[in-house]
Amino acid sequence: MNRILEKKQLSETVFQMQIDAPLIARERRAGQFIILQLCEDYGERIPLTIADADADAGTITIIFQAVGDTTKKLAQLNAGDDIAALVGPLGTPTHIENFGRVVCVGGGIGVAPLHPIVQALKAAGNHVTIIMGARNKELMILEEEMRAMADELIVCTDDGSYGRKCLVTEPLKELCEQDPRPNLVVAVGPPIMMKFCVETTRPYEVPTQVSLNTIMVDGTGMCGGCRVTVGGETKFVCVDGPEFDGHLVDFDNMINRLGSYKKQEEAHKCRCMPDNP
Amino acid sequence: MTYIPAEKLAADAENVLNDLNARTEPLTPKDRMAIPMQEMPSQDPMVRRSNMEEVAIGYTPAQARIEAERCLQCKTAPCVKGCPVSINIPGFIKAIAEGDNKKAVDVIKESSLLPAVCGRVCPQEAQCQAPCTVGKALKSVDQAVSIGRLERFVADWEREQGLVEKPTVKPATGKKVGIIGTGPAGLTVAADVRREGHDVVLFEAFHKPGGVMVYGIPEFRLPKAIVQKEIDTLLAMGCELRTNFVIGRTRKITDLLEQDGFDALFIGTGAGLPRFMNIEGENLVGVYSANEYLTRSNLMRAYDKERAQTPIFESEKVAVLGGGNVAMDAARTAVRLGAKEVHLIYRRTEAEMPARVEEIAHAKEEGVIFHFLENPKRILSDEKGWVSGVECLRYELGEPDDSGRRRPIAIEGSEFEIDLDTVIVAIGNDSNPLIRQTTPGLDTNKWGNIVADENGKTSLSRVFAGGDIVLGAATVILAMGEGRKAAKAMNEMLAKD
Ligand SMILES: Cc1cc2nc3c(=O)[nH]c(=O)nc-3n(C[C@H](O)[C@H](O)[C@H](O)COP(=O)(O)OP(=O)(O)OC[C@H]3O[C@@H](n4cnc5c(N)ncnc54)[C@H](O)[C@@H]3O)c2cc1C
Ligand SMILES: Cc1cc2nc3c(=O)[nH]c(=O)nc-3n(C[C@H](O)[C@H](O)[C@H](O)COP(=O)(O)OP(=O)(O)OC[C@H]3O[C@@H](n4cnc5c(N)ncnc54)[C@H](O)[C@@H]3O)c2cc1C
Ligand code: SF4
Ligand code: FES
Repeated sequence: MNRILEKKQLSETVFQMQIDAPLIARERRAGQFIILQLCEDYGERIPLTIADADADAGTITIIFQAVGDTTKKLAQLNAGDDIAALVGPLGTPTHIENFGRVVCVGGGIGVAPLHPIVQALKAAGNHVTIIMGARNKELMILEEEMRAMADELIVCTDDGSYGRKCLVTEPLKELCEQDPRPNLVVAVGPPIMMKFCVETTRPYEVPTQVSLNTIMVDGTGMCGGCRVTVGGETKFVCVDGPEFDGHLVDFDNMINRLGSYKKQEEAHKCRCMPDNP
Repeated sequence: MTYIPAEKLAADAENVLNDLNARTEPLTPKDRMAIPMQEMPSQDPMVRRSNMEEVAIGYTPAQARIEAERCLQCKTAPCVKGCPVSINIPGFIKAIAEGDNKKAVDVIKESSLLPAVCGRVCPQEAQCQAPCTVGKALKSVDQAVSIGRLERFVADWEREQGLVEKPTVKPATGKKVGIIGTGPAGLTVAADVRREGHDVVLFEAFHKPGGVMVYGIPEFRLPKAIVQKEIDTLLAMGCELRTNFVIGRTRKITDLLEQDGFDALFIGTGAGLPRFMNIEGENLVGVYSANEYLTRSNLMRAYDKERAQTPIFESEKVAVLGGGNVAMDAARTAVRLGAKEVHLIYRRTEAEMPARVEEIAHAKEEGVIFHFLENPKRILSDEKGWVSGVECLRYELGEPDDSGRRRPIAIEGSEFEIDLDTVIVAIGNDSNPLIRQTTPGLDTNKWGNIVADENGKTSLSRVFAGGDIVLGAATVILAMGEGRKAAKAMNEMLAKD
């Protein structure tokens, strides 16, 4: 169980893994995630979106950026290795219907969680325009997969090394100004990107769905650590989300809470895994 | 209660026991009442403030003997009526007085499966010890026979002597029972159902079984190894355990019944949805639910900074809001994690506090600062959005409310501030909605608790439930008691199939 079947490096810090997890592969829907742990005694529990799944083969795909302790350790594992603990699928599946014209915006690693949502939106008959953004060409992931599904694909990089030299909000604004306007925008990426996407669509009153990546512990609504303020109310991302109406999300509070452990994460040295120096 | 060193308690006990042994006449009730109540030895408060080891050390054999001699063996046994699972209390105490610890623990196990746990965490002063004749005669519940400490003594004795036996399992029936949640309710059902020869599969959302006993109640009050021992026994009996398995998500109740061949299910998922106060500032950085704080520390072992990967706030000044066991655990954990000041804020008085008396006393000894008749109005922040303090109101007690406790009333204009960097909200838990939302036809009440009859039967055929998911946040012994009743009904149902 939880054996890594295949590993691919998508960019310097981004990895893709296919994992043997038949029960999760069978149940998962777009928008859902897993929580994994690399060591049951001392490991941290981290959430990752199920980027793809094959119910027949019993496999799920995760795509992650090695940013800290656990994700860097995970990146060191290879095909044939087992992941100590894997639980899922968690979270409320994305609400999918035929909305008409949908714009999907993915920033950086956020393209991975966006992938299954685009899949489901396409299957429901939507016209999907995808905007993909990254800091530079090297960090662009899943372009081929997205191109294959999209009715229209716009690529942009911060430094202009690929596609348009702009932030994702620029093409998003243009699309909102077109007639007819999009019926729905889905934005997944770094919180700051989602915040600006939401501010871009707000004046046009285009409904905007965001997928929030808060810090989590259990992922089942038990700890309250993942809470965010949505429309003035407290919501738990792991059970009420991860997707919310972006126009109601208090992003500043969310970004603040994500930084809770910055100092400690930086100072962290884990001796949980044997290969740790 | 003031701290008395363990060595002194042990030495005093030896003297008392020598006197008792020197007697030739049988003890009269009056003699028994004159025997001094045996205090529980504990770690020095100054030392234990910075370790996670168990605070209460347990009776010495001499202390246990003496305490057992205090029991009057009342014919009416009022203590038994106070015990939620009706343990034969005079029976087991008599065995200790006669020096037969094995018999004592066997008597307890007729009614309770987890004596080492219950002896540590049951609110004895509000249950069996409240009506005890000795306490009544000496006009203080603190002077009652220390039933809980004796229970713990014999359970620990049995484990340490390696005498715990695996219960016998009847021949296989071919029936399969699924148990959802591995807290005290689920573990009890597993043991009782497995004994009848049915296959048992336990499902647990977390990576470790034990429920609140492992993720909530800290090591210094209930060592994890004790809970693990109980689980090992279940596994040795042939129960199957599937961790990292969330019913409602990984698999639904209906799938288990309709596709996976389960003949009966027991839902013991507990009350794990933290309640907040809905005051300003509750989502600031530095505000925790007690569940998150305790889970990080206990289950994820964040206190073990050398090894654990899960971070926890390094707090200087902490406030814990609430007055139950959960609040005490959070406050005492904060002390151990190195906080310089820990304030416990409760809106009624000490008399109304729902926490166990022993935990309140231990918290005080460890330096937790208690604020009674105060309650936060809002949580204050610095310019970065991190907690900087709380603004509180003072309260007075009015007329009794529905709960029978006098109602706290805010005193207008009494606002004052406390400087803090961490706030832990420990005001209770609601039941998790996951199973309710994913199981059509399962009746729940307005608080989201599953509705079950006195045998644990729910509105769905073959589905039983018990523990906190039915009772709302309650106690270990009540969860076990419910489990026993449900297991009995399940066994009867399966026998008829
Ligand atoms: C529902 C959900 C789905 C997610 N899906 C993916 C995914 O598909 N791919 C992926 O790469 N990441 C995803 N994330 C983010 C991922 O969980 C974090 O990157 C991971 O927890 C970091 O763990 P770490 O121990 O490696 O880093 P840490 O050492 O914990 O943190 C390193 C740095 O990252 C920051 N950080 C910590 N947690 C998060 C977080 N949740 N989001 C953003 N920054 C964080 C910290 O503040 C710190 O600066 C998802 C998060 C959620 C909540
Ligand atoms: C901090 C704290 C201190 C306490 N102190 C005391 C005390 O001193 N004395 C006392 O008597 N009581 C105490 N209690 C209360 C006592 O622990 C509970 O009443 C008791 O544990 C309830 O048992 P349970 O079996 O109903 O559920 P729990 O112990 O809550 O166990 C439920 C289990 O089910 C799992 N679960 C939940 N949902 C799912 C799902 N969908 N699928 C699979 N698994 C699931 C959970 O992960 C958990 O492991 C305390 C509680 C807390 C939180
Ligand atoms: S009430 Fe007290 S004295 Fe009487 S039998 Fe029970 S424990 Fe013994
Ligand atoms: S992660 Fe614990 S409640 Fe959401």
